[in-house]
Amino acid sequence: MTMITRRAALGAAAAVPFAAGAARAQAPVSFAGQTIEWIIPFAEGGGSDVWARFLAPFVSRHLPGRPNVIIRNIPGGGSITGANEFAQRARPDGLSFFGASASTQLPFLLGDRRVRYDYANWVPVLVSPTGGVVWVHARTGISSVEQIARLRGQELVFPGQTASGLDVVPILALHVLGLNVRFVWGMRGRGEARLAVERGDASIDHQTTPAYLTQVLPMVRAGAAVPLFSYGVIGPNGQVVRDPSFPDIPTFEETYQMLHGRPPQGPAYQAYLACSVAAFAGQKPAVLKRETPPAIIAAYRAAFERVVADPELIANRGEVLGDYPQAVGAAADELYRVATTISPEARAWVRDFLAQHHNVRF
Amino acid sequence: MTDVIFSALLGLLTIERFAFMLLGVSVGLVIGVLPGLGGIAGLSLLLPFIYGMDPVAAIAMLIGLVAVVPTADTFSSVLMGIPGSSASQATVLDGFPLAKQGEAARALSAAFFASMFGGLFGALVLTGAVLAARPIILMFGSAELFMLTLFGLSTVAALSGGNLAKGIAAACLGLAFGMIGAAPATGEYRMDFDTLYLSDGIALVIVGLGIFALPEMFDLLRNGGSIAEGQKLGKGWFQGLRDVVRNWWLSLRCAGIGALIGAIPGIGGSVVDWIAYSHAMQTTKDKSGYGKGDIRGVIAPESANNATQGGALLPTLLFGIPGSGSMAIFLAGMILIGIQPGPAMADRNLDVTYTIIWSLAIANVLGTALCIILAPQISRLTLIRYSLIAPFMVMVICFAAFQASRSFWDLVALLAVGVLGVFMRRFGWSRPAFLIGFVLSLGAERYLYQAVQFSGLEFLTRPLVLVILALTLLSLWAGLRKSSAAVNTEGSVETSRAERMWPQIAFGAFLLAIFGFVVLEGLKNSYLAMLFPVIVGSLGFAMVLLVMAAQLRGPVKAGTANFDTEANATDRGPWPFLLWFTAFIAGVAVVGFFAALIVWFVVFLTVVARTRPLTTVLLTAVACGFILVLASFLNLVFPGGLLQEMVRLPWPFR
Repeated sequence: MTMITRRAALGAAAAVPFAAGAARAQAPVSFAGQTIEWIIPFAEGGGSDVWARFLAPFVSRHLPGRPNVIIRNIPGGGSITGANEFAQRARPDGLSFFGASASTQLPFLLGDRRVRYDYANWVPVLVSPTGGVVWVHARTGISSVEQIARLRGQELVFPGQTASGLDVVPILALHVLGLNVRFVWGMRGRGEARLAVERGDASIDHQTTPAYLTQVLPMVRAGAAVPLFSYGVIGPNGQVVRDPSFPDIPTFEETYQMLHGRPPQGPAYQAYLACSVAAFAGQKPAVLKRETPPAIIAAYRAAFERVVADPELIANRGEVLGDYPQAVGAAADELYRVATTISPEARAWVRDFLAQHHNVRF
Repeated sequence: MTDVIFSALLGLLTIERFAFMLLGVSVGLVIGVLPGLGGIAGLSLLLPFIYGMDPVAAIAMLIGLVAVVPTADTFSSVLMGIPGSSASQATVLDGFPLAKQGEAARALSAAFFASMFGGLFGALVLTGAVLAARPIILMFGSAELFMLTLFGLSTVAALSGGNLAKGIAAACLGLAFGMIGAAPATGEYRMDFDTLYLSDGIALVIVGLGIFALPEMFDLLRNGGSIAEGQKLGKGWFQGLRDVVRNWWLSLRCAGIGALIGAIPGIGGSVVDWIAYSHAMQTTKDKSGYGKGDIRGVIAPESANNATQGGALLPTLLFGIPGSGSMAIFLAGMILIGIQPGPAMADRNLDVTYTIIWSLAIANVLGTALCIILAPQISRLTLIRYSLIAPFMVMVICFAAFQASRSFWDLVALLAVGVLGVFMRRFGWSRPAFLIGFVLSLGAERYLYQAVQFSGLEFLTRPLVLVILALTLLSLWAGLRKSSAAVNTEGSVETSRAERMWPQIAFGAFLLAIFGFVVLEGLKNSYLAMLFPVIVGSLGFAMVLLVMAAQLRGPVKAGTANFDTEANATDRGPWPFLLWFTAFIAGVAVVGFFAALIVWFVVFLTVVARTRPLTTVLLTAVACGFILVLASFLNLVFPGGLLQEMVRLPWPFR
């Protein structure tokens, strides 16, 4: 399919080379014959790349003028390199847009000194939420989350990648819950971590939605794994609600209530919530630069509304998009705002906590 | 189960699907032949076309590509002395000398048949193991993986060249280079000079090309002639086949090693060829031919690297853990056609798994056949004056290096490692040892830390750990038994005695400074991130001191420590060509890659190769056309320079 689009676009490009740029000022926006670059700050393969490659043909179909949409991978620095380059280099002409992810959002929220981009300068046109589940092996002696209190007496071992990445979410969650967890770093992916738990080297882990459904769920069914909580998604009124992919698994807030008899609160919880939404419920956004002409922004937003309603996309979304409602329009704005802001107190708290307990330097 | 196996085969044998497999095989062939480009680049080329394809056709295409790369990459290893991809680095050691001696045909045919054998073996292993591999893979925890990295490092003993201290120092240097970037235990950035580029570490492809390809290229340019001395390709196509048949037992063992190492997630395929190579050496009585053109040095790594692909598919399919960089992209392709890897691949999706296995087997045979058909034509390259080939090599090598992170700094890193490679080659510091250290560096540190964290020092008592430990000691013993007979990876000591010692001593002092820096930088970190650099730096420092102490005793008393291939050189050394290369990189920094390429091509061909204007224009046009096609399929923007900072130019100049 992409092949056909590409060929059609090449033909159109030969026919009207530079017409679109001149005409854009007065006529309605059209990208006919243009090539649009979707910048992904990771190498080929992997979550963000697959997400963009899956969506690209639909974006091409629904943008006015049916432009050719290609994926441009700018890997490096755990996505910071690509984000910096988009922020500093890309022109606000709608001919390139950017796909951010948790690895872009978390360093920004936590104030990594290498970050040269500001989410406030970008406008979201789509937010594709995802989810995650924290689970333990049945070796810990529990068979359902209701018995979570039994975990308090033992030391759990969590295999993680680095304390400054996505794993900051389970770090904070488990700290707020008050469980005794020892973190072992240096895993080269969530797959290796899952294997370490399965093997018996470690006992607690978290997985994102597709990996949980295909890899952990069979273990849950076999009685070898027990889900503790999901990070949840943001409901219509801004509250954390259960993840549609796992309606039976309580949210972090529910599990906390179960263990402590009251809802979580305080700076540690606020910090957890900000990071959790940034890393799961409030990603991945596709963004344009804010100074892009309003007509182009409007064209993009309308296109993405049609993209997420496309019956072919809905039929094929599989595990790439999962069961998550794709946020566009005002919903995207709201989710984006929540996912890219953090209160100064919460930020200071996380930075301090990570520096003290996990050697993270900002 | 047998009906699933055969219905998968029948499903594959439609004209359309077969055509797609052929497409994958053809792309893999081209990508494999090009030095430095391997499965990652090839799969990235095909990935944009996957969505919406018939799943079986897509799998056939992707696997077709993956299967043929380690077969086709032999061409540049044998014919050019440049590793075709990270899977064929060891093939260079004996394959290239064979080509120089006019036995390219024999070396290539032995390599292709060994590759095919290894590939089919890998497919066979996958067939049986896919149902039973889960428990085996689960047996390899951090402790076992740490021992395996030690096992890999033990091959340094066999590959250290004439002087063991030099070999260990070279390995330490590789380990130190591998530590650039985030420390596995704490995430602290080491030796990154506070730059984003170095925070990811240096890519393997850059190190491989810099350390092997650039020095080889400069050397060939100096000789002024063609690669094959005496202008003969040799016959020996059947000789090569006979060589494989005669060494079937070695081939089988190496294929087994390849499949096993490939199947264990965490070690990766980039050391398999070295492990197989040193295994061949350790199990041979007469080692004197290794490094000078022993056919077994070709058969061993080539049997192993194709078998690795079959092994590497196991963790990819069953656990969704890509065993290598190309497997990560293959995984993405599977998800795009709607197949999520997991336990279901050995159960509900067994038909998909067998489609993959059949594709692997068929593509291996197809790839071998194509390689043999094309070999006589491709081999002619070795008869052409090298100064005509060199600019193309520079172009492809830079393009491959630039794939690593799509940054101008990739080219700078390539140049820096290349200069290091020139000196290591000149003074006899084993480059294979350097590379093995580099590849295993983070693994060794990561798995040791994790093993201790998970189970304390008790990890040493795990049964599988003890087995691997025994194998490691055996390999060390075999490698050290007759260390004087160890392979001379950088040429023979006898012909490299120098009277003037100061160049060697100066390089030693430079290495001392590097190791000192490693220790000092290491000390800046918290305890867990400090331990490894300090130990490696100190060991390297001590080894260099040992070598220098010997060298300071004078040219004769230094013994094997005295090594300088330039000792009796009468020309200006590799420097003019290093300057040419540096000029190209500098040109990229000013006017960007594409413009610099055009200018550099024209100037180099006119001045060095002395071609006529028409030929110059023609060759430049061919080169530009080729690189543009490749770049447009990869949606690449070439590295820009100062010019691109100031003005906005259309592609490909932007």
